[in-house]
Amino acid sequence: MNDKVVFHFDIDGDNFTSAGEASVKIKKLLREMGFSPDTIRRVSVAMYEGEINMVIHANGGAADVEVYSDRIEIILADKGPGIANIELAMQEGYSTAPDNIRSLGFGAGMGLPNMKRYTDEMRIESAVGEGTTIYMTVRT
Amino acid sequence: MKISKIKELLEAEVLSGEELIEGEVHSACGCDMMSDVLAFVKDQAVLLTGLCNPQVVRTATMMDMRCIVFVRGKRPSADVVALANDSGIAVLATDMRMYAACGILYQNGLHAGECSK
Repeated sequence: MNDKVVFHFDIDGDNFTSAGEASVKIKKLLREMGFSPDTIRRVSVAMYEGEINMVIHANGGAADVEVYSDRIEIILADKGPGIANIELAMQEGYSTAPDNIRSLGFGAGMGLPNMKRYTDEMRIESAVGEGTTIYMTVRT
Repeated sequence: MKISKIKELLEAEVLSGEELIEGEVHSACGCDMMSDVLAFVKDQAVLLTGLCNPQVVRTATMMDMRCIVFVRGKRPSADVVALANDSGIAVLATDMRMYAACGILYQNGLHAGECSK
């Protein structure tokens, strides 16, 4: 299979309750397509953390998932505040999330590290005041 | 350990998934920070938490967990329970506090999983 299958999701920035719905859909779609449980988990966890980040920090955004036979690419794009120091943001435990987010179970400074942990490649492009785009690849 | 054994040990109430309680779980994670749960990799696990929002269920779904135990007398709302039901995850609630609930399960042979590096 050289052809790719593409899925697009708009992530609603105003609704913490619905955050993660796109990742649940991707998990189901990948299962129907016959990928291994390990691959499916890696893709869905990485995308879920990204979705949560977009809702917490960027008032939502867009998620595009490109499915190839040998890899799955996830592109998360937002028009949020951008990340001033990517190296710092990648450190486990570093968070700029507000306290009310911690009471919801997030903001522990593990989102970006988890995205890196579960993917084979991850690249962040960010400009302060313009937004952030994250490219992730999971090899099957 | 069977989910029914967890119910018995924690004197828990089954809020959803009565048909799932004879299923086996092999490890457990006690946590209120969902990203810490997402850093944890083990199949057929149970999540003990004091957090009650829908993201608890989504986190458990992402990690293919079998059961969520809400501790210290917290009861999730009906939509949270329904979401777990849709995901095939058993939902239990106990009045025990996190430390006691985890300790009892650990003492009875349900140990921690491994964290992904």
